[in-house]
Amino acid sequence: MSISITMPALSPTMTEGKLAKWFVKVGDTVRSGDVIAEIETDKAMMEVEAMDDGVVTALHAAEGEEGIAVGTAIADMEGEDDASLAVSAPDQAPTPTPDQAPTPTPAPAPTPVSAPVIAASEHLSGHMVSTTVREALRDAMAEEMRRDENVFLMGEEVGEYQGAYKVSQGLLEEFGAKRVIDTPITEMGFAGLGVGAAFGELRPVIEFMTFNFAMQAIDQIINSAAKTLYMSGGQMGCPIVFRGPNGAAARVAAQHSQCFASWYAHCPGLKVVAPWSAADAKGLLKAAIRDPNPVIFLENEVLYGQSFDIPDTDDLLIPIGKANIVREGTDVTITAFSIMVGKALEAADKLAEQGISAEVIDLRSLRPLDIDTILKSVQKTNRFVSCEEGFPFAGIGAELSAQVTEKAFDWLDAPPKRVSGIDVPMPYAANLEALALPQVDTIIDAVLEVSYQKERG
Amino acid sequence: MAKSPQTRSATSATSGNKAPAPKTKATSKSVRRVPGRPPKNIPIETPDTDSLLGLYEDMLMIRRFEEKAGQLYGMGMIGGFCHLYIGQEAIVVGMQSVSREGDSVITSYRDHGHMLACGMTANGVMAELTGRKDGYSKGKGGSMHMFSREKHFYGGHGIVAAQVPIGAGLAFSHKYRETGGVSLTYLGDGAINQGQVYETFNMAALWKLPVIFVIENNQYGMGTSVTRAAAGRALADRGKAYGIPGMQVDGMNVLAVREAGAEAMAYCREGKGPYILEMQTYRYRGHSMSDPAKYRTREEVDAMRKQRDPIDALREVLIAEGIENDQIKAIDAKIKAEVTQASDFALASPEPDPAELWTDVIREGGVI
Repeated sequence: MSISITMPALSPTMTEGKLAKWFVKVGDTVRSGDVIAEIETDKAMMEVEAMDDGVVTALHAAEGEEGIAVGTAIADMEGEDDASLAVSAPDQAPTPTPDQAPTPTPAPAPTPVSAPVIAASEHLSGHMVSTTVREALRDAMAEEMRRDENVFLMGEEVGEYQGAYKVSQGLLEEFGAKRVIDTPITEMGFAGLGVGAAFGELRPVIEFMTFNFAMQAIDQIINSAAKTLYMSGGQMGCPIVFRGPNGAAARVAAQHSQCFASWYAHCPGLKVVAPWSAADAKGLLKAAIRDPNPVIFLENEVLYGQSFDIPDTDDLLIPIGKANIVREGTDVTITAFSIMVGKALEAADKLAEQGISAEVIDLRSLRPLDIDTILKSVQKTNRFVSCEEGFPFAGIGAELSAQVTEKAFDWLDAPPKRVSGIDVPMPYAANLEALALPQVDTIIDAVLEVSYQKERG
Repeated sequence: MAKSPQTRSATSATSGNKAPAPKTKATSKSVRRVPGRPPKNIPIETPDTDSLLGLYEDMLMIRRFEEKAGQLYGMGMIGGFCHLYIGQEAIVVGMQSVSREGDSVITSYRDHGHMLACGMTANGVMAELTGRKDGYSKGKGGSMHMFSREKHFYGGHGIVAAQVPIGAGLAFSHKYRETGGVSLTYLGDGAINQGQVYETFNMAALWKLPVIFVIENNQYGMGTSVTRAAAGRALADRGKAYGIPGMQVDGMNVLAVREAGAEAMAYCREGKGPYILEMQTYRYRGHSMSDPAKYRTREEVDAMRKQRDPIDALREVLIAEGIENDQIKAIDAKIKAEVTQASDFALASPEPDPAELWTDVIREGGVI
């Protein structure tokens, strides 16, 4: 009986990985539970165990091989009962074979991970390097910590574990335990402690493992961090960054998959930032750390591993509150933030094939909101579609639609249209999850609707 | 009926395993019999007369200030919630008298006394209560939300127990910046049951933060007596699982507060970590001005006022020390004049300019 061993998924959003090390060779006899290989992604490392007793008959991946898709066969075994074992020669140049193992149907990736092309931007010039969003965030923190000794990072698993999503990789080593502080699992406590440290002249960067857990701390964020400047008549600034992944992850269901952009954007006293590209992630995080106000910095787990070209400089600062036109167009204005920017750009590509020229605006900051850039665009295109992953009711799109209607009514050729997650808690099942989240086609349909090329849904 | 604080002076309440067991305070030394009153234990190291007069003056200032605030509230000059500190004056005055310049102070919404004890002006506090432009927060914070960076007073927080992790954060800053300062973090017997208090105890102990958690146990969290709200043993023991030493203190006796405070301060400044002081006290007034206080009897309140009042007690000590009654009367008159002046100032100060509505929401100075 031949058994195929496939590349396992280490996390809900992992799509590929590296075969770091083989612990077996062809011909070895293994027992169920024996470690046969070590695999690695950009954020984690894991041992692969044999699931049956038998003899290794083939290895399909070489040590050190990267980019092996989840589900790809990496080794074959013959079950123990098989008396005559046909041992094949090890593959010298293994080529990934299609997944033949009876593994569950892989979840449809919630978003494409192909690196989108960025349109011309005022911030991208000079020598460029390919950087992941994850590295960009880490570099931003490291640079600001080198610049200002009062900047420190605090959160769960940020130190010795190198970050639950490996965002803080290497920071403990460089800055030590005084400035890279592992906390107990105690969101409200360390959020409040961070606020106190900010009152006490420090510059805390507080990481939430995800923003879902920040709900335990939201009183400290709103009532203590956001309001105290006002309540103190301007005496008590609270320069603090609350950062971490936000929005839908993959297959983690309702409590771990939600966009909080509109929750925080609702509150005066906060700045709310949600970058998409690596350059924005870096430049905006550096700006957030230097900002004298509390900044909610919404990252996205799915984006962490995506690479973008960013300027090779440690002085990349992007002002908070300025949107970025990532694709120019004439027929419709599409706004998006965070991961939805990538989807909006994909939609714009497909719309171009249909002869529709879409302008895509990356909001980057939700509070303050760069409404001027949006209005200027709408006055040119006369059509408006907003995109977000969050719930529709009282969402970011609701606010944008209201402002566009109030301020650019006479320029609109069609009512604004909101693209959003649907109005239900996030389901677990792969098909239902895909239906709950806005997809590229959802954006295309919305654009066709406001262009009167499709019935309004 | 809730039990009245019976603790004498600073008595040990914890015998934690590794936590240094607080010493039981001497009860025989310096005991002064005051005719007509229950015996009080005046702790060792009785301050000199001038210091005693200073403590008296500070407590009386808070008392008279709060009485005036109550009057202004009744006249409709102060709005919203107004939580008076009357009865609890010995705690903050005693603690401030053993603190150092640079120590930070943070408390809940029953904060007027703390601000005065930190050296904030009666004028500025009262003008904030009346919602005027000369208030500490330009009239935008009110009774529960006042601050003074200059005096190291960090509020004034309206959400029960939210100040506790913030206070630990101030201690974190002291340690990080190596200022040698201590964070005095006040909370009530109501706040002690909030989850974030224990999150804070854990972190403060884990990281040996220089913070004194001063629990002002005034026996009632709004209308719920501490015996109906708090399971288990003394509130001073609530840090036991974290190895935080705790001590029950007679919060109606400013000298007992001083002594316990000095011990806790020394512990924190030596870098040993946090300390809990449970001050047993009593508020004479309702939870806020709008509290009819039906949950306790008039007799209970009257008994506390007559037998345990911290200001009366110190006055007796002063007289026993040989201070002339005239001198005390002169202080009373001076305080009364100051409070009247603060009230006049607060009522004369204009309301904030309408343009102030839009200021102080976001601080300028970010990356542009």
